[in-house]
Amino acid sequence: MTSPLEQKKIRITGPSMVTANRTWDGVVIYRTPDHGWSVNLSDAAIVRTSDEARALLAESVADDVGAVGAYIAPVEIKDGGKIRPGNLREHIRSEGVTIDLPVPA
Amino acid sequence: MYAYDELDRTIINERVSEFRDQVKRRLSGELTEDEFKMLRLQNGVYLQLHAYMFRVAIPYGTLSSKQLRRLAHVARRYDRGYGHFTTRQNIQFNWIKLAELPDALSDLADVGIHAMQTSGNNTRNVTSDQWAGVAPDEIEDPRIWSELIRQYTTLHPEFSFLPRKFKFAITASAHDRAAIKVHDIGLRLHKNAEGETGFEVLVGGGLGRTPFIAKTIKPFVPGRDLLSYIEAILRVYNQYGRRDNIYKARIKILVHELGIEKFAQEVEDEWLQMRDSALTLDDEVVEDIRSRFSYPVYEKLPHMPEELKKAAHDPYFEAWRKNSVAPHKVTGYAIVTLSLKPVGGPPGDATADQMDAIADLADKYSFGEIRVGHEQNLALPHVARRDLPALWRELDKIGVATPNVNLVSDIIACPGLDYCSLANARSIPIAQELTRRFANHDTANLIGRLHVNISGCINACGHHHVGHIGILGVEKNGEEFYQITIGGRADENAVVGTLIGPAVPYGEVADVVEDIVEAYLALRARPDELFIDTVKRLGVEPFRERVYATR
Repeated sequence: MTSPLEQKKIRITGPSMVTANRTWDGVVIYRTPDHGWSVNLSDAAIVRTSDEARALLAESVADDVGAVGAYIAPVEIKDGGKIRPGNLREHIRSEGVTIDLPVPA
Repeated sequence: MYAYDELDRTIINERVSEFRDQVKRRLSGELTEDEFKMLRLQNGVYLQLHAYMFRVAIPYGTLSSKQLRRLAHVARRYDRGYGHFTTRQNIQFNWIKLAELPDALSDLADVGIHAMQTSGNNTRNVTSDQWAGVAPDEIEDPRIWSELIRQYTTLHPEFSFLPRKFKFAITASAHDRAAIKVHDIGLRLHKNAEGETGFEVLVGGGLGRTPFIAKTIKPFVPGRDLLSYIEAILRVYNQYGRRDNIYKARIKILVHELGIEKFAQEVEDEWLQMRDSALTLDDEVVEDIRSRFSYPVYEKLPHMPEELKKAAHDPYFEAWRKNSVAPHKVTGYAIVTLSLKPVGGPPGDATADQMDAIADLADKYSFGEIRVGHEQNLALPHVARRDLPALWRELDKIGVATPNVNLVSDIIACPGLDYCSLANARSIPIAQELTRRFANHDTANLIGRLHVNISGCINACGHHHVGHIGILGVEKNGEEFYQITIGGRADENAVVGTLIGPAVPYGEVADVVEDIVEAYLALRARPDELFIDTVKRLGVEPFRERVYATR
């Protein structure tokens, strides 16, 4: 759960994706294989090597208008290919806060 | 309340227009994020885990009912129906959309609220005692001076690109409710041996990665010299502060590395060159600020009205009154703290409906005024004691009359990993669990005054270093762990707490706090020895033994 803000070297040890926040409203988004963005983690492009990760991040960062704060984050690939967040931070970003909001959505 | 003049209103409105244009250019791609980031930060806009976060200043913690209603409107119209009051007299909205921020700022500007300098490497919101102007023991209203500093530092070019953020806090009471010793500059209004009013100036306090308690740099600075002396401090900081290393950039590091004597000499040398410059505050300037604060016209009322005598038979009312009602400088009136720490709730959060209801109650019972304290509670500063029973019933209906002010469940907590992009661990669920463990009021009352502070990372927004019990979230191999300190305090006797041992996992934190509290109950010399005094008398060892004996 090291803050992505401290992410200096790109070296991945397992399946990973690129995530960011959408510029106009800040919503969590994931880079997709067709060079776009999706709000669904299940649509994320998965990379498995550091070179792939660097390339995916580079094209994501290049979209400075659509997304802000892009970084690489780990995922788990479950049986059947389902993509799950690879750590608690990404779980919270994907699923929402772990508490009840003061005003239910 | 302070009434803005035409200049204040012009500055705020121009800032809204400027930011509207900046947002438009950002969304069109004319500005890159790198170019835009500093601009948004200077308007209180962060990027958090799920969305943008918008931090709005509540200078010296004073709000009118009209302003609170407008904050409720922003929560409802632009966010998800609630806001989070912080440890620095700000309110944060967690789900704001960048495209709608200019409209939100514009709506706030209509009632004299802004977000200028609530982020970035500049002078931040000037904070003060939430009981300013009504505390019986204060020298004078510290908000006059807070407002002077606010006006002087806002958009000041020399203070807009400091090595790092810079925070002021001011108190005028012997008992420090503003935590001035953990601020970059702390100011304590007091009288010298000749009976003159002036400031003890403290410098270099701060929490975060490297906590320091502020040191007195000058025991007495007359009011006329306040701005020139502050400017001298900031000039020395601007000249020598580290810009090459963010972790060493705060003034506390400079003061520590130079030593307070050397730092003070540098400031003195700078000050002597400018002491009698245009920054000298003549009485006219101070009086002009003072005249823009309005005070209620109080009635002549008895200290113990019939309504209060009658209500004293109700144990629930009495439980609330003892913890939530404080003496006022005017006979017949009281200061009422509204707990934003319900059992099982996130500390410091208030819904838009609660804000509207509190604004109505402020109009009905407190001359339309509300205060925000650094403990993440609100206060009504001018309540007639005869109205306390009626007010209590209405506060209870909206969930802000939990009788836990200053007790173990009155927890200060940062948003933690549920919201914050810097956090390593969650804070709010820990706080919620602790409020459930200590929900029994009789038990909490038996324990007495005990401040628990929780931070989700070393940046220490929950002020864990100065909690009687401090809880710091850290990460170990991808799991949430928590370091526990005890013996910290943020008042006039401020001290940084001591670590009691190895970090414990998420699921054990509440058990550890219960163990510490049980140890205290067994170890205290008498029922009225506070937790903090028992720790001071015995040190941390007995608590460490208790916590780790079975772990």
